Amino acid sequence: MAFAAFSHGGGGAKQAAPASKGNGRVALLLLLPGLLYLAIFFIAPLFSLIATSLQTMDISSGFPVYNYGFEVANYVNVVSQYGPQIFRSFFYALIATVAALIISYPLAYFIGVKARRWPLMQGLMLTLVIAPFFISFLLRTFAWKQIFSNESWIVGALQSIGFLTPDQYLVGTPFMVIFGLTYNFIPFMTLPLYTTLERLDVRYLEAGADLYANPRKTFMKVTLPLSMPGIVSGTLLTFIPIAGDYVNASGLFLGSTETSMLGNVVESKFLKSYEYPTASALSVILMGAILLLVTLYVRKSGTDDLL
Amino acid sequence: MNKPLPEDPMMRDLIKMARRHQMTRRAALAGAGATAATLALAACAPGGSTGEALTPAADLSDSEKTLIWHNWSLYMDEDDNGKYPTLEKFTAQTGIEVEYKIEIDDNDSYFSKVQKQLAKGQDIGADVACPTEWMAARWVNLGYTQQFDLANIPNHKNLAPAYNNPAYDPDRSRAIPYQGILAGITYNKAEYKKATGKDSPTSLEDLWDPALKGRVGVLSEMRDTIGLILLANGIDITSESSLTEDAFMNAIDFFAGKVADGQISKIKGNSYSEDLENGDTIAAIAWSGDTVQLNLSAETEKYGFFIPESGTTISADCFVTPMGATHKRNVEELINYYYDPKVAAELAAWVNYVTPVVGAQEEAVKIDPALAENQLIFPSEDFMKNAHGFRSLTGEESVKFSKAFQDVMLGA
Repeated sequence: MAFAAFSHGGGGAKQAAPASKGNGRVALLLLLPGLLYLAIFFIAPLFSLIATSLQTMDISSGFPVYNYGFEVANYVNVVSQYGPQIFRSFFYALIATVAALIISYPLAYFIGVKARRWPLMQGLMLTLVIAPFFISFLLRTFAWKQIFSNESWIVGALQSIGFLTPDQYLVGTPFMVIFGLTYNFIPFMTLPLYTTLERLDVRYLEAGADLYANPRKTFMKVTLPLSMPGIVSGTLLTFIPIAGDYVNASGLFLGSTETSMLGNVVESKFLKSYEYPTASALSVILMGAILLLVTLYVRKSGTDDLL
Repeated sequence: MNKPLPEDPMMRDLIKMARRHQMTRRAALAGAGATAATLALAACAPGGSTGEALTPAADLSDSEKTLIWHNWSLYMDEDDNGKYPTLEKFTAQTGIEVEYKIEIDDNDSYFSKVQKQLAKGQDIGADVACPTEWMAARWVNLGYTQQFDLANIPNHKNLAPAYNNPAYDPDRSRAIPYQGILAGITYNKAEYKKATGKDSPTSLEDLWDPALKGRVGVLSEMRDTIGLILLANGIDITSESSLTEDAFMNAIDFFAGKVADGQISKIKGNSYSEDLENGDTIAAIAWSGDTVQLNLSAETEKYGFFIPESGTTISADCFVTPMGATHKRNVEELINYYYDPKVAAELAAWVNYVTPVVGAQEEAVKIDPALAENQLIFPSEDFMKNAHGFRSLTGEESVKFSKAFQDVMLGA
């Protein structure tokens, strides 16, 4: 499964010595709390979510009352009505993930490989990557909104050099939302990349050079494949939360009505218009689509190690 | 309920509507009781159902001199030590300790937080809460609230006539206004002049001036934003025959057009004032009391407030006591206290919303004559003639209208 991608080295379980019968029973017993946890906190809510997504609405009492039913039409309505928002979620998530990868890779490489000689500096740089996390996610996002507000000098400067027309602003544009998403999730990309690159054996690179490979070829043939586990888990750790994010794209933060993502629709349906089946159907679609994409991605990109 | 209908056509409409609400509720109860299965299902439906009629919890006020009050932020007079002077005086007078909690941020989110307990008649942790009128109406119509004994609230007679006889609670015995709220247009005087060359807007139409493109904000409160547009379209928002689904959807289309073409750039709740302060918006549909606060923090009369001639929406946040609350008698004393014109004036001087208490203006003169002249706190009768309450919506309308409005905000 896709989840295996998160564990580095993989294959650990395979190497375990075959257990005797008695050990098997103990193992099962030890597994029980975990299984119970899954059943209570994952499977039960999932069933409840799916059941809610198929509910029918009855309004005759003067207030919407939802009854359990099998209203598959909920899904059809949701897709036909909020198709653009669903598409936008995955599109933004894709661009922001790629952007985060492009920014994080050199950073992680530098910290993990080049900075090895100075452990103190390595630690300091890692701290700097995580430092923004000491401040609330909402406050950080809000700060960007202030920095790029319509009256800010940045927007003024961009307008005066003609990059933006006088009635164009940054807040509320897709660019701003993708910027916020990328910024907020960069540490999720950097850290897994760092952990794999930190273990990269530089003697492989020397060997590559000895065999007359230019730096580019060494990178493509040695560094990149060896850092693949980090890339896969990093992209998953960023892509999945970004696809469901509802803060950055919200009109209260960096977005506008033009940039609503799936999370915003779910939020509005759950908390504002009380359309629980619609919101649940959207959540199921989001979950299904992510599971499908992630499985395909891990299958395609993963080495045997990963699966 | 057997009293003859009054002569006044508007009142007739209102009372008829109130009766209809009761009828539909009763019919619904009968229907729900038909099979045990329906009831069981309805009880676990997250949308909330009425189930059996609820009964008020036993009143412990005689033995327990306390009450808990859920309210909005910045909605109570507060001294530099973070204490509430009027509440302290209340405790000194009556011996009733008040636990004042700022719990309500948004009608919808507050409702979704407490709805499950409300529907079962359980204690929501508050003896009194102040949701906005339309939400209070929902609570009352669903049978979630206790009826106040008006004999215990002699100052109830001070309620301003504009708030009398709402459709859902004709004698104001279940939802009693705490503060009135007017919606209008708040504008940055200097910026507005710079952009349009005019001193102040003269109608709602002025918000659609191309010179203001991208610098206009509106409230995310459907009844205020769409209400103002409906009024500008000549629709009487208090009447069921004038405010039809067609009329509403026309206003939504108009609104969606203004959002799509970028004229309206912000659709916000409480936080709209930040946009006015940092200059993102020049003019916005806004609440009266906030304009006073904005000017106070700007320390000049930087912002103007304007009520379109076509009319404005008036609403109120109302005291309601949930069925599960156990200190109703104490709450009645509290309401009586805040309906004393002297106390109302003291409170109004701080919160700057429209006080629903008659006689508060005379008392305000004694505190500060300028305060008493502020049209936003003590609106004149002419001012109030232009203020209309959004009619109460049926369940079906409420879902449909709210969905249409939310979809504009989602760009769907």
